[in-house]
Amino acid sequence: MTEMTDRSASTATSGGPVIDARDLRIWYGTDRGPVKAVDGVSFTLRKGEILGLVGESGCGKSTLGRGLLGLLPEGAKMDGQLRFNGEDLLALPKKQMFAKRGAELGMIFQEPLTRLNPLMRISEHFEETLKAHEKRIGKAEIERRSMEVLRLMGIPPTRFRSYPHEFSGGMRQRLMIALSLVLRPSFVVADEPTTALDVLVEAQIIRILHDLRREFDTSLLLITHNLGIIAEACDRVAVMYAGEVVEIGDARDVFAEPQHPYTRELLRSTISLASTGLNFIPGAPPDLVDPPPGCHFHPRCPDAMNVCATTHPIQREMKNGSRTQCWAADLRNGYAQDLTPEQTTPLSREEISVADEA
Amino acid sequence: MQTKPEPAVVGDDLIEMSELEVHYELRGGTLSRLLGVGAGTVKAVDGVNVTLRRGEVLGVVGESGSGKTTLGRALLGLAKSTRGTITYRKPRAGGEHPEQVVSKMSARELRELRTDLQMVFQDPHAALNPSMSIETAVGHPLKIHGIASGEELRKRVAAALERVGLSPAEQFMRKYPSDLSGGQKQRAVIARAIILDPEVLVADEPVSMLDASVRAKILQLMLDLKADLGLTYVYITHDLATAKFFCDRIAIMYLGRIVEIGPTDEIFADPKHPYTKALLKAIPEPDPHKVVPRDLPRGEIPDAASPPLGCSFHPRCPEAVAECGWESRDLRNLLEEHWTRQDPSVYESEQGLVGDLGVLDKPQKRVTIGKGADSARVRQLLDRARAENPSEPLWRGVDEVRETEDGVEVVFHKGYDPLLRPSGGVEVACVLYPEPVTPEPARPEDDRHGS
Repeated sequence: MTEMTDRSASTATSGGPVIDARDLRIWYGTDRGPVKAVDGVSFTLRKGEILGLVGESGCGKSTLGRGLLGLLPEGAKMDGQLRFNGEDLLALPKKQMFAKRGAELGMIFQEPLTRLNPLMRISEHFEETLKAHEKRIGKAEIERRSMEVLRLMGIPPTRFRSYPHEFSGGMRQRLMIALSLVLRPSFVVADEPTTALDVLVEAQIIRILHDLRREFDTSLLLITHNLGIIAEACDRVAVMYAGEVVEIGDARDVFAEPQHPYTRELLRSTISLASTGLNFIPGAPPDLVDPPPGCHFHPRCPDAMNVCATTHPIQREMKNGSRTQCWAADLRNGYAQDLTPEQTTPLSREEISVADEA
Repeated sequence: MQTKPEPAVVGDDLIEMSELEVHYELRGGTLSRLLGVGAGTVKAVDGVNVTLRRGEVLGVVGESGSGKTTLGRALLGLAKSTRGTITYRKPRAGGEHPEQVVSKMSARELRELRTDLQMVFQDPHAALNPSMSIETAVGHPLKIHGIASGEELRKRVAAALERVGLSPAEQFMRKYPSDLSGGQKQRAVIARAIILDPEVLVADEPVSMLDASVRAKILQLMLDLKADLGLTYVYITHDLATAKFFCDRIAIMYLGRIVEIGPTDEIFADPKHPYTKALLKAIPEPDPHKVVPRDLPRGEIPDAASPPLGCSFHPRCPEAVAECGWESRDLRNLLEEHWTRQDPSVYESEQGLVGDLGVLDKPQKRVTIGKGADSARVRQLLDRARAENPSEPLWRGVDEVRETEDGVEVVFHKGYDPLLRPSGGVEVACVLYPEPVTPEPARPEDDRHGS
């Protein structure tokens, strides 16, 4: 129990954001040079807030999610500043970071079946999780706390001693969420938690995630490539492209008035009941060893100007309250007025091949 | 690609499935095999009647476990039908359409059939052999059927690759699947499917493994190919939003049966089956002003080896009425759901009162719970559960709750297993349609449990 008291104390004293990331960089070494999977990302996450992280495959979403929890593979390097309830996570010794994971920092994975041990009853999964962090915990307390969180996930108490294979796919994902939450972490990363699920079950899980804050006060980073899920579950949204957050803001504002052309095109290419045509973004996200100069999105951007191919835009606050890095958005919002007519001329470029895609 | 010899009239019946069934016998354990007792049957496709018309896109929509993939595989003879027929009318020059019964074909005839019927699989990463170059993979069907070889083969592979946008073809022919992105792999899979110049493409979730930004491109490619090559599609998906774009007609499947079928416009403008309505409501829309729907069906698709009595969807159906086939297993679910809302102490005493829930697992229309317990208290427990959520549809299907010497007997209302019936512009299998409730004609509710 000591860890839990410590945590509530530190939250109470700081009162600041649960997660405060500044200029985070994560790269992997390869033969061809470093892959800059996360390249200067900054954001904060408040208590009980749900931040959606969206972008195409290969934009660094999952790397960022794992990096926040210190779960990077061998060979990956991380740099920048990462504060969790005021504490510098990057300066923390490995052992202390290990103790924090599970207890204070949780993770919900995509494939629930592969994360549950088929030979262990659900009760044993909970026992293992709780005992790893609270060695002296008694049987009755384990049962009380596990049943409580299972109930909140809608899993009947009659199933407490069942094995994973006796559950359906949606139930297993609820079990995974319950296991992540039984220690009541204050920050959870959910990486594509509904991708393997059917649409009705997906909606049930989105509802559970959406309601987390009511029961647990958990801050959640929800990684998905489905903008529909972001819209239904998240307070704020961060759009990632080529290792950078190109737009971040209140989900309503960003969806209503996307500032970055990438956000706008992602929204347009989402096939939903409301869409009126088939739209797509030409080309594919760049190789992160050697991304294009200037704005990384410029080769695919319908709004690109000459300046976009040469000079990297900086993140600025736009009129709708979002923070966006885009020259075109700058001009619309009254920034970058010193650009020359030559710089603001639409970029002429070669046609992108149809097959050059993600 | 060469053009069709004699394009038959668009709208002609091309493939007719009649009372199609694909059942799988479960093997069970050693003991049940020794004793010759069957462990049960999984009815993956259970009595499907649908006709595929030439030139149309027929959507088959449902969750995993609905039997949609098995239906697609049965069309190509990849899954063996246990009953019913699939008739393929091969369009020929001169307007003749000789009938071929897929379900009676030998392996050799099936191979021949697949020059006309081709499949695009869900996972492009798994559908391509990692050690085959794109040229070999895409040209493979021509080689298997002995249609082309040498320079001719190469030329046709190049043409197919160009056709699906993998251009310049020379460059892609030398590559291996690991060199391609997901979207490019799916293009290669499509090239392989069209290289024999087929009549019908069965596409099983062709875009669900792809990034959202690529999905529209692959769907657009498939639409272009359809127009240029005169193809007919069966589009199997769980995603009604893409089906809306892609399909002329949509069949909604649930647990092996079609529950609603009709023109896409009609289905979207006025969905009738409660399952269709639920699927539509559940699609996450990129509109933050839309709130997370609260009234979605609970639970998941049931076990096809032991489907619910009556309408298979009734345990999850928000609109279910008395005639839907309520039974003992629904009572078990209700009690378990009730206990997720109780304190542990309440749960323990109530569970003790009801006793072994196993008595509810066999589908029964009358069931006695709380054997040996104080029947008045068991009854009070049921009353409490009812008071907790009086609008719970199960109670509509309970005719009587009776205290007996043995415990409390719950008697359920007689139900029906509804057939597909015309209603408006569609056909729907639900006791609520056509209105008012006229369950006949229908199958008896335990239809699926008889042998």
